[in-house]
Amino acid sequence: MTVASLPQKSAWKAYSDWANDHRKWLFAAPAMAFVAILIIFPLAWTLYLSLTDASGSVRAESEFIGFANYAEVLTDTDRFWPAVARTFIFTGAALLVQVVLGMCIALLLWRPFKGEKWVRVAILLPLVATPVAVGMMWRLIFDPNIGFANQALAWFGIPAQPWLSGQDTALATVIFIDIWQWTPMVVIILLAGLTSLSEEPDEAARIDGANAWQRFKFITVPLMMPTIIVAILLRSIDALKTFDLLYATKGRGGGSFNEVETLNVYAYGLSFDYNDYGLSSTVLIIFFLIIIAAMWVLTRRRKDVQK
Amino acid sequence: MSSVVTPKMLRPGAETAARPPAQRRRRKPLATRAYKVFRVVALIVIVLSFLAPLAWMFLASLKTNVDIYDASKTLIFEPTTANYETVLGRNNYLSFVFNSFWVAFASTALSLIIGVPAAYSMSRFAMRRSALVVLMARIIPGVSLLVPWYYVFSNLSMVGGYTVLILSHMFVALPLIVYILMSYYDSMPLELEEAARVDGLTHIGAFLKVTLPLSMAGIATASILAFIFSWNNFMFALVLSGADTKTLPVAIFNFVAYASIDWGGLMAASVVVTIPIMVIALFTQKYIVSGLTAGATKG
Repeated sequence: MTVASLPQKSAWKAYSDWANDHRKWLFAAPAMAFVAILIIFPLAWTLYLSLTDASGSVRAESEFIGFANYAEVLTDTDRFWPAVARTFIFTGAALLVQVVLGMCIALLLWRPFKGEKWVRVAILLPLVATPVAVGMMWRLIFDPNIGFANQALAWFGIPAQPWLSGQDTALATVIFIDIWQWTPMVVIILLAGLTSLSEEPDEAARIDGANAWQRFKFITVPLMMPTIIVAILLRSIDALKTFDLLYATKGRGGGSFNEVETLNVYAYGLSFDYNDYGLSSTVLIIFFLIIIAAMWVLTRRRKDVQK
Repeated sequence: MSSVVTPKMLRPGAETAARPPAQRRRRKPLATRAYKVFRVVALIVIVLSFLAPLAWMFLASLKTNVDIYDASKTLIFEPTTANYETVLGRNNYLSFVFNSFWVAFASTALSLIIGVPAAYSMSRFAMRRSALVVLMARIIPGVSLLVPWYYVFSNLSMVGGYTVLILSHMFVALPLIVYILMSYYDSMPLELEEAARVDGLTHIGAFLKVTLPLSMAGIATASILAFIFSWNNFMFALVLSGADTKTLPVAIFNFVAYASIDWGGLMAASVVVTIPIMVIALFTQKYIVSGLTAGATKG
């Protein structure tokens, strides 16, 4: 671009050349700046708040108290550790069922059939439905007195269950709802993976006399592993942070006994119900580290299986 | 047999990937009759279990509260539009519909303006680390952003206005758009751009006149998903919206916050929020699927 220095060139041309030379950052910078400003500053702030006793109002004076919040949170077996456990139970159970069920459904949909299009549309609908509305819908279905769930159980002579309102059943019920809403996402990703598989290994194994289960276990699953891990990765980002569904079905603090209180719901409550910003920030920093760790493990795993 | 065909040998090579889809997906002759029957039954069960709850919500929205409480009127009842009249008439619900639409639309449009060039540049120059900065927006828990945002924006007396809602929803839309379009540009051949360069266009000119028009399908995919996820978002609006700028999910949530639940009205409100999204999904199914699977099946 030595032309840029020639005097006869117009200002517009000079500007255009400059823009073309720097297009890499010119294009990328606005989006990166937007995210960075809205993330880095809040993250730094959260980190700072976690070291103070900020509470009451965000404008109130706060004192630097070092790691006292961390000590308090990490020894809190009343709310914090149960919330950690629930976060993992919720994510783990929901993901396990979603991947197994998702794989079964994807295998059923794999080969073309009549009416394929309609089945695919049906599967797409739960996934795009507004989570808050989905929560409300299941609240009605799982209502202990008027809900359809207990009505259906009665047909089989099974006693009515408290579902969402039961202290022991609430977590399992919200896991069920998450499975209903998000299995389709796993199905869609796995189906895309299956359709891009080559047929040759499968056929070779068939000629060698492998049965359907052997072919699935030794051919399809290993070849699908990278895709399965992507599905788990994408789902776990959202599942760990699930908020809408839990808040819509159980309200503040994950219900009166904190039955479904995960880390995200706990941190939200500390911030906006108790205005305890110091403690809330501490929980958030720990939560954030947990998410990063989970992502790191999964991306490492993905690289391993791709080799 | 695993000793004969190890997974390592089975990785799909470039030559097999190029096979036409028709041949790849041909029907297996060995499928037995029993399996076929099983498959049909299984598919019906799957479709029913995904659709029945939605149908239930819709039916309940057409019932009076008396009928909802009556187990004998599960399927046979006299439909009424009273719930919709109550919801749409009395609770200035239509303004919430507008809010949801406006916030989702504006945040998607603004995210496209900064997201499309960013995705292009990040794909062409393989800026994986910079892309990670944008994807951070998707990974970080929203609550940790809300306290500082609330503080700053309330100092600027912007809380409760559209601007702050749109900015926060851009946080949902932008990473989706960048992620989907990056994988779209990754798979788009360079030749056309190079041809445009030979014809005398500048790099930016080639992007605007050749690449951009060619990537409309990808942009449509990204916009549809960004719109849906922004429309569905609950947490940002829960904290940052005011009485006049409430979006639909927040409006629905407020339905149950006080007093006893008006189930018919609640279901009508839930139907109103989900119907637009489902209609979009019905017509843009292919785009949604390609957006959700973007980057999932390759390295």
